[in-house]
Amino acid sequence: MNHLISIEDLERADIERIVSQAERFAEVSDREIKTVPALRGRMVLNLFYESSTRTRSSFELAAKRLSADVVNFAASGSSVEKGESLKDTVLTLSAHKPDAIVLRTPWAGAAELVSRWCSAAIVNAGDGKHEHPTQALLDVYTLRRRVGAIDGCSIWIVGDVAHSRVARSNVLAFQRMGAKVTVAGPPTLIPRGIEQLGCEVRYTLDELPSADIVYALRMQNERMNETWVPSIREYASWYQINGARLSPHQILMHPGPVNRGVELSGEVVDSPQAVITAQVEAGVVVRMAVLYELLAGAREPRALGDGAREPAGVSALGSQPG
Amino acid sequence: MSPVDALISGRRAPAELLLRDVHVLDPRAGIDARHDVRVSGGVLAELGAPGALEPRAGSAGESGGEGGEELIEGHGRLRLLPAFFDPHVHLRTPGQEHKEDIETGTRAAAAGGFGAVIAMPNTDPVLDSAPLLRSLRDTAAREARVPVGFLPAITRGLAGEQLTEMAELRQEGALGFTDDGHPVQSAGMLRKALQYQRLCGGVLSLHEEDRTLSRGGAMHEGAVSAALGIGGIPSVAESTMVARDAALAGHEGARVHFQHLSSAASVEAIAAARQRGWRVSAEVCPHHLLLTEQDVRTMDTRMKMYPPLATEADRVALVEGLRAGTIDCVATDHAPHAREEKEVPFEQAPMGSTGLETAFAALHTGLVLPGVIDLALLVERMTAGAALFELPTPTVAVGAPANLTLVDLDAVWVAGEHGWESRSENCCFAGRRLQGRVLMTLAAGALAHRDRALAMVAA
Repeated sequence: MNHLISIEDLERADIERIVSQAERFAEVSDREIKTVPALRGRMVLNLFYESSTRTRSSFELAAKRLSADVVNFAASGSSVEKGESLKDTVLTLSAHKPDAIVLRTPWAGAAELVSRWCSAAIVNAGDGKHEHPTQALLDVYTLRRRVGAIDGCSIWIVGDVAHSRVARSNVLAFQRMGAKVTVAGPPTLIPRGIEQLGCEVRYTLDELPSADIVYALRMQNERMNETWVPSIREYASWYQINGARLSPHQILMHPGPVNRGVELSGEVVDSPQAVITAQVEAGVVVRMAVLYELLAGAREPRALGDGAREPAGVSALGSQPG
Repeated sequence: MSPVDALISGRRAPAELLLRDVHVLDPRAGIDARHDVRVSGGVLAELGAPGALEPRAGSAGESGGEGGEELIEGHGRLRLLPAFFDPHVHLRTPGQEHKEDIETGTRAAAAGGFGAVIAMPNTDPVLDSAPLLRSLRDTAAREARVPVGFLPAITRGLAGEQLTEMAELRQEGALGFTDDGHPVQSAGMLRKALQYQRLCGGVLSLHEEDRTLSRGGAMHEGAVSAALGIGGIPSVAESTMVARDAALAGHEGARVHFQHLSSAASVEAIAAARQRGWRVSAEVCPHHLLLTEQDVRTMDTRMKMYPPLATEADRVALVEGLRAGTIDCVATDHAPHAREEKEVPFEQAPMGSTGLETAFAALHTGLVLPGVIDLALLVERMTAGAALFELPTPTVAVGAPANLTLVDLDAVWVAGEHGWESRSENCCFAGRRLQGRVLMTLAAGALAHRDRALAMVAA
């Protein structure tokens, strides 16, 4: 693996290898000295164009536990505010020769684009509404620790699927791991065509009891202003996961931060069925495994354009008869 | 109504040349045979059987020369076609000359075999007043390699609130009017423009998009946008506006032209309008005839255009619409953007692809070679735009001004391999292997483009 940009690029074996490596790192986390020297002398650059506390600090912690040097670069208060383009920012920071760039942007495809401009390994920490692959990996890890294999499990992803990069990565990752995925939410927030990813679509929670795992998405307040749903109250009455809707056999997940009283009621967040804090915990070890996978494996100095997928190659024009 | 010629180009020496044994194809004139063709003083002077025309005495051969006549050997293989006409290009002048200007844009047109183009008004400032139109025409008279017509805005500043001085603009040479890129959202506003057309004439050329449906979108709404997490634009954003404006035009007895159709539903709306006898016409772009939303999967910003590339079913319906004549003509919507503007994440990139230099070759490769449409039909549709704007259709006829395109249908090339005549390189066909190449273009009687390989190919 050269980069981690999309779950689409991963086979089941890749996911399993990363998750197993994360399990080995979890043992380290239980020791008194939590660092290993695996990436000593390597540099990890966190480049964040969106505010993020948990993902950024989790990557930072992961890199430090592997003894890598970490540089944090936040877009606010930087050259970006002076109008520097993404490309120039990346080229400038590349002069420091980072081994990996952890990138979060509000734009789909940005991680892929950056991978063509520099020689560092790119880790997509969220590109717009497209993907958030390390979230999906840590969710798979969390489930493996809690329930073991998820082959044949029914997983419901509930809420604002349209604006969720977590949903897209998780639909792909859960399916790769053998689960059956259903997305559910108000019709205004379920993108047309999402079923082509292989998931089922529901607009009510009537069949929610059939799920083994319920994955609630964050309902962002700004969606209300754009009239995606009539009101928070109506949203909650139809889609909130609460004590009445969550069955005792189900496991509850959420990528955080939770809006208590909106997508989740307080009692389910605090219930033993919720694995939300375990997900946060998993973040560090899974991101350690991802950095390890990308950097420790690559002994050779990385060449520019390594692994880049250049779409401009010569190709034939579609010649199918109309 | 217009006291001035609507098409304007730079002054160039009239062509003097003899094309020997070229295969002339002009479907409207009913010509599909090998001929010798002489162009003299910029006019098609003689059309003879192959070998019938002798080089004029004092001819300097292929290199041309003072008073001489250039000789080109077609060996019965090179095709001579009426020059193409593009009713929809963006020349970016004034204000965005870092993307394109009249000289580079018309050079690209000539390289693609186009003998005339119509420029859109979404410039900076917007082409919405007579003084600006005069100044642009002055520039075109100096710089344009092929004749250019201008469509000023329907509403001032493309703001959709107040009509431009359409009558004065017409007197100054406006071919028609369009708010391309910023479609007139208000039915009431458009209706006033349609009514005013009774006074001043001029086709209203409409980019159809209901902004309340397209807002927040950057590509076609469907499986690919869902997978990429990119906001989708549904086809009904276009087709409902086509239906609305066709009905308005019908109600006012007005003449409207629909730009760059992208969906099956829009083709149906046009067919329905025609059936009712409304005065509508329509164009389609090569990219909508050849590419689909699947080509956007890599988030290549060259594949970002408005209207967006849609589904395979839409593509097939557009091809069928063009074949059946529901869609009148091909237009490129040549939309140059600078490298730094397109070298950004997909959602941030501006809409548009260049297309003048690849249109014929791409359509020949993608539709003619596989047998979907025949060459004669392609030539007809690539020249039909002129008549829609009340201009003479380019033709291969003795006595007509030379508007001719010489092509080699066997030449295989990779789009963009040797760069572009356009100032911009954001072509959605870049890197594709294409068959069919424009070797020479004569526009308004003058040589506008001559491929460097021509002498070699012709020899």
